[in-house]
Amino acid sequence: MKLFRTSMLALVAGGLAAGLLAFAEPGFQEADAAVSNPTKLQPVSVFAKIKNKNERAVALFTEAGKVIQSPRCMNCHPATDRPTQTDRMRPHIPLVVRGEGGMGAAGGLVCTTCHHENNFDAANVPGNPKWSLAPIEMAWQGKTLGQICTQIKDKERNGGKDMAALVKHMAEDELVGWGWHPGGNRTPAPGTQKQFGELIKAWADAGAACPKG
Amino acid sequence: MAAFTLKINGQARQVDVDPNTPLLWAIRDGVGLTGTKYGCGVAQCGACTVYVDGQTVRSCSMPVSAIGTSEITTIEGLDSKEAKAVQAAWVALDVPQCGYCQSGQVMSATALLSLNPKPTDDDIDLAMNGNICRCATYVRIRAAIHGAAKSLEG
Repeated sequence: MKLFRTSMLALVAGGLAAGLLAFAEPGFQEADAAVSNPTKLQPVSVFAKIKNKNERAVALFTEAGKVIQSPRCMNCHPATDRPTQTDRMRPHIPLVVRGEGGMGAAGGLVCTTCHHENNFDAANVPGNPKWSLAPIEMAWQGKTLGQICTQIKDKERNGGKDMAALVKHMAEDELVGWGWHPGGNRTPAPGTQKQFGELIKAWADAGAACPKG
Repeated sequence: MAAFTLKINGQARQVDVDPNTPLLWAIRDGVGLTGTKYGCGVAQCGACTVYVDGQTVRSCSMPVSAIGTSEITTIEGLDSKEAKAVQAAWVALDVPQCGYCQSGQVMSATALLSLNPKPTDDDIDLAMNGNICRCATYVRIRAAIHGAAKSLEG
């Protein structure tokens, strides 16, 4: 009887694991393999030849948009209360919601139930000390780059940041920086945070015009 | 390998494991507390749920080296009034079928009632959807949580 029970428990554990592996991100077993992003960022110097200031600003933001619109950034700027995940930006499994402070539902699943200070590749779980969802007013998914640009500049929707604070956030924030060091088989954001920060600063210096649309 | 002192269920327990070992295996193999279950190993099923400083954590998702001086509570150390109400409700409704996921279910249900004494169906579904049950005892789990909440009203 004991042997039967042990066998049944082993079967259930195996079934659980097999079932979950079926919907976990493909290739997660290769979590140790470093992943790089083939998309590069062009340096600020490339844009100096654009003499019209507004056109230069738009070009700079469009280049920075390669980062902003990467899954590493978009996944935690969802249009609904539920984040997305993986390079395919599928809904987060399990179901979690923004909750208070973007940390998940109190009494439910908060971010820190699974996400901790650092990436933990043994479980393919990403982590950062500031892991959380962006507030709903900072939702990016479903918006054009022009709409995101306008939103980013709006102090009502960017956490009250002026342009200097915005540049600093993009260039130095630890959670933003995670996008280039996501661990596992997650594709990093293009380029480096330093390059991204330089593009955003140059965009701000050029007048911070936004792409149309 | 490295030595770690884990505060588990109010006791200091020594383990000598690789620092990258998931907390789950430090608890099960290092300390010998096997109530916490291995289900998926990728923070998707909830079978390995413990509390770290009172908050639910999937113990497969955290390396033992990240614990530091935090207090860990496993199913063996669960003794709050909410836990007792949950356990009584679980018995009353005969919730488990095979039982493999149930320690994780009880940990999450107890945490929910500690923060939300009168959860709605939606609250329960949101809190418990990360705890998967291969036997699909979800209807009884939800009913038992309502039952535990009612018993805690006094």
